[in-house]
Formats: sequence, structure tokens, C-alpha cells
Amino acid sequence: MGGLTGFVGALLEAWQEVRVHRTRVLLSLIGVAVAVCSLTTVVALGAIVQQANQELSERQGGRPATLYVSAFRLNGTIDPADMDAAWSKTLERYDISYASRVQNTVQLVPFATGSVQVGTQAVDQPFGEMHRVRLVEGSWFSPTDEQQLAPRLIVNEVFWDRMGRPPLESHPVVALGGDGVPGATSGIPAGGTLAVIIGVTPASTWETEPTMIMLARHAEAMQKAAAGERGSAAAAADPYGGGGAPQSQYEMWVPPELADALTAAVTRDLQGALGDGTEVNVSRQDWAQYGDDPFLVTKLVVIGIAVLVLLLGALGLVNIALVTVKQRVREIGIRRSFGATAGRVFFAVMMESVVATVVAGALGVVAAILIVQSPAMRDLVGQGMVSDFPPFPVDAAITGLIAATAVGALAGLLPALVAVRVKVIDAIRY
Amino acid sequence: MSLLHLEDVTRTVIPPDQPALTILSGVNLTIEPGDHVSIVGRSGSGKSTLLNLLGLLDLPTSGVISFDDRPIKSYSGARRDRLRGASIGFVFQQFNLLAGRTALENVTMPLLYSSGRTFWRRKKIAAEMLELVGLGHRMNSMPDRLSGGEQQRVAIARSLVRGPRLILADEPTGALDLDTGQSVMELIDDVAERTGAAQVVITHDPMIARRARRHFRLDRGILTPVDDPAFEPLTRREMREMSPVEPSATAEDRDRDVLELFGVPEPAAPDAPERKDA
Repeated sequence: MGGLTGFVGALLEAWQEVRVHRTRVLLSLIGVAVAVCSLTTVVALGAIVQQANQELSERQGGRPATLYVSAFRLNGTIDPADMDAAWSKTLERYDISYASRVQNTVQLVPFATGSVQVGTQAVDQPFGEMHRVRLVEGSWFSPTDEQQLAPRLIVNEVFWDRMGRPPLESHPVVALGGDGVPGATSGIPAGGTLAVIIGVTPASTWETEPTMIMLARHAEAMQKAAAGERGSAAAAADPYGGGGAPQSQYEMWVPPELADALTAAVTRDLQGALGDGTEVNVSRQDWAQYGDDPFLVTKLVVIGIAVLVLLLGALGLVNIALVTVKQRVREIGIRRSFGATAGRVFFAVMMESVVATVVAGALGVVAAILIVQSPAMRDLVGQGMVSDFPPFPVDAAITGLIAATAVGALAGLLPALVAVRVKVIDAIRY
Repeated sequence: MSLLHLEDVTRTVIPPDQPALTILSGVNLTIEPGDHVSIVGRSGSGKSTLLNLLGLLDLPTSGVISFDDRPIKSYSGARRDRLRGASIGFVFQQFNLLAGRTALENVTMPLLYSSGRTFWRRKKIAAEMLELVGLGHRMNSMPDRLSGGEQQRVAIARSLVRGPRLILADEPTGALDLDTGQSVMELIDDVAERTGAAQVVITHDPMIARRARRHFRLDRGILTPVDDPAFEPLTRREMREMSPVEPSATAEDRDRDVLELFGVPEPAAPDAPERKDA
């Protein structure tokens, strides 16, 4: 009972103090609130910047853990059909659903201003998820798009601009592999194969050339059709007179904890399937392949700035606390003369500081959430590179509140220590 | 059983880089329940130090201070604080009301250090105490909106709100005009008489000092009883009929008068060692 009344009494004292000295408290609160808001904002924005960097890395090298698979023979070549079969079998064996072939080639596309060789990436449907492909219009390939006779295309904004930015709801088409193909007499109709554009990827400011993505199955069908009149496998794989068959790359997205085991297993299985003399290389190229945190420097810089901001806030609070210590000595002397124990005075003075800073910290965190979650700030920090904006980091909010409490305790410590050392009668007669 | 007993109490302080300075020397004093004691002394005579000791705010360098016949050295610091809160009420010269708090909040303050029913009923108790000192209509007034006499009455209500057994009044009328001072002292005497609380008053005012039944003077740290017939205690009737001192009398004049009456010598010569209250 005594403990409860002591605690309630100390809280009441702290609240009275906050109420009576509201101007001073408000001033210190503003300093702490701004400091905590800055700290929390910086930590949260740091998380977004990290996410932006991470997503940028994942667009290039895939998400952790992405295994890149390649195979070659020291003498001779591997039949792409054999490689595809061995690949499919491996995926099936280990129940890997996120896997894709990646083939880079070019296709001649007729635009209103003339035909242009367009860099083309032929991939499997899961590629979009594996590489966080972001679209500004339309949608990524659906699993059933492979069954469509007309190839589906995802083009970049440069491509789309050259077409006059037609609405995707109107199912705009382009002719691929038509008469414009140099030296080709293919199985593709003279007018070309009509491909439907279903999505548009954003183009960076430095991108000036059109590019497009199509499904590997459609690309393969077109190559086979083109090869029908040229009669050789090599020509079929390279119907446009280039320098040989385009090489497919293979990649799979697997749980990071299984990456090492799968690397060994896939290497072994593919070597077995493709026969002696085959070299199979399976390796990771995602950002998380390195043991060290690649974003450590970013984090350290962010934390360093946050700590500096907080120290500035704490300095302001301690400054005000020091100035008011003398004013409080008399009051503390009076309280001591009426029975306040040293512990009670210490607790009440600390509580006053902590209660005030926790309230300020909470306000600072709320302000930080509003700032960080605002679309304008997200656009500014994300620079259009973040597709999965991280939710407001809880640890940033907790860090802010803990920092506020710590600052309050620290700033309250000095006056509290002074308070318990007060010589009561001297303080009262001061 | 005595309420407070000081036996051969000495208090010495050691200033930095200076020899030890004895502030109080061989003080003997017994306060009985319901007692009324006055103490006079010049600045630097050790009044503050004595007040610290009487209020259990400090411990003697040597000698024994007992409260209810129990040496206070046997109490822990926190227990001594609680004993002080429950048993001793302070009335200060400068009122020392907490700024920014209403009269009611000021009187409630000591009850924040109580427990049980007293703690939870603190506002009601404080309001009753303010009614008792005639300030029921000023409960929500801030100290700076109250007259000096009203402020001192709030201070008295605050010192009495926990029903102390000892009231320590440190020049309680020093900041009041004579009429108001008399009425404030009547209030303290009245409440003390009703509650049976003992009073120790440190004052320069002869009229205030005469209200006490026993008189002491403090000079250079030595406390001596004063048996001058001029300090025979006033009767209640005398107290009521007592006319104020000439209004033109300054505080210094009154101080000099009372010190002369108490036989306290003039201030020490300039070459005498300087003394300072601890």
C-alpha cells in the first residue's frame, strides 16, 4: 500500500511539476520531440534507402538466394534441348517453383520511324517475381500466357513512347520477325508474328533504346518457326544472321538456408544428366552472397547521424535542466522538510523528466511516421526504385522511444542528484 | 516521556582548507509534548544549524538527539524523513509556498508523503484545514494572489495538515506587519493548544517571544535559558489585549530591542573570527 501511494504520489508530483512549469517543459519537449522525430525519421528513411538499394541489387542479381547455373563441354556443345530437359528434371526433383531461363537476343521491330533492332530478354514466367520487375503500366506475364499463340510482350517506356503510348486496354500489337528480318526467309508469315504488349517497364533517364521481354517459350517457338525454311539447328537458334546460337542462362530462387546444399545437389544432378565431359557451374550472384552485410556502411552512417541528432536534443534538454536546477533547489528543500525522502525526491525529479520526454518521444515518433509514410517523402527517397516499400520500421519507433526515455533519465539524473544533496534549511532560506 | 531531547549536542563543520568550525556546542534542550519554547539569536549564531537538528534534517557531530526517547541515529535516513513528515510541521519566515500551485495544492503537498486513507483523502483533509485557518474561500487562489497574512495562514495550514506533534516556526512573523503577525501567532497557538502540539519558535520579535513559556538565547553556538522576568509568558488575555509596537519601529530597531532584552551582546569586533551557519 505504501509503495503504491508512494508511486502515485511521485507521479502526481511529476505531473504537477510538468503542469506548473509548462513553458519550460514545453521548450524541452520541443527539443526532445524534434530530436526523436529526426532520429526515428532518419532510421526509417535509412530502412527505405536500404530497401531501395536492396531492390536495385535484386533486379540485377536476383533475390537471396538466386543460383545461377551454367554448363559447357570442353569439346563440343550441349544441345539446348538436352540442357532444358535436365533443367526441368532438376527443378521437379527439388520442387523449385521459382526458376527461369534467360536468353538475351535481338528482334527487329517495325516502328513508325523505321525498323529497329530491339534488345530482347526471353524469360520464364517466374522471372518477374525473382527480379522484382516493376511495371508502370499493365501486368507481368500470367502463368497461362505461355499457352497463347500470339506472344506477349513487356516493353520498356522508350518502346512504348515510340508506339505513341497506346492504352494497354486496346491490346496494342507489334509485328515480330516479318519481312524486315535481314536475309530471312522464315516460317513466320511475311507480315511477321503479331505480339501483344501487356506491360510497360519504367525506363531510366539514361535509357534511350527500346527493349522488351518475352516468354522463353514464345521465343523458342519463333526460333523454330524461323528455322523451318533454313533447315539447320544453328540457323534456327539464330535466324537473323548473328554469330551463333544464343546461350540460355538458368537461374533459380531458393531459400538462402538451402542454397549451399542445393548448389552441390544441382551441380551433381546436372553433371549426371548431361554426361561426362560436362562442366556445370552453380553460383550465387545476389547481394546476400557475401557474409558481410553489404549495407553495413549505409547503416552505420545512418546510425551515426541519428546519434548525433539525439545528442543535440539531449544537450538542449540537459541545458534547460541545469538552468532550472537552482530554481528547484528551494522547492525540493520545502518538500524534504515536509517528509519527502531522498529516494522519493530523486524518483519524482527523474519521473518528471522521463514522463515529459516519453510524451515528447511519442509525439516525435508519430511525426516521424507521418513524414516517412507521406507519398512525397517516399518518392523523394525511393527515387522510383522501390516496389515493396517497407512498413514503418517498428524498431525505429522503439529506438525513438527508448532514446527519449534514456535522454529523459539522463537529463533528469543531474537535477535529481542535486536534489537529494540539497541541504534543506539552506535551500529554504536560499 | 519527552518529545525531543538534545543532550550535549555539538555540530562541527570543516570548511575547505580551513580548520574545523564549531557551530553548536554542548546544546541541551528538552521539548515536552505541548511545550512552547522561543529561541533568539543573531545571524551566525547557529540558528539554522539548530533548526536542522531539531527538524531531524541533520545529525549532530557529537551528543544525542532523541525523538520519543529514541536516538535518531538509530533511524535510517528514509525513516527519519518519514518521521519528520508525520511528526514535525515547519512554518517559515518567507512562507515558502510552492509557486504555481493553488492554496489547496500547497496544503495537500505534505499529504502526498503520507499513506493509506490519509493519502487518498488528502484533498478533503487539506480543504478542512484551509477552512480551519479561515481560507475556505481562497482554496483555488495562487500564492501571488494572496496577501502576506493569507500566505502565512496557508503555510500554517500546510504545516499542521498532518497533525504534527512539534511545530518548528522559523521567524514566522518576520515578513508580516505587526497586526498580521499577532493574528498569525494566535492561530498557531490556538491550533497547537487544541492539538497538543509542542512549539519551538525562533524569532526576533519580543512580543512573539513572550508568547512562549520557556525562553532560550543562542549565542556563538551555545544555547542558554533566559529567566528574565521580562519574559514571563503572556496570559491569554494579555495576548489579546496586547497593542502593537509603534508602527514606525523598523525591523532593525525591534531586533536590537529584543536582543538587548535577551542579553545578547553586540556583534563581534571586525577582527573576531567570522562565523557562518552550516
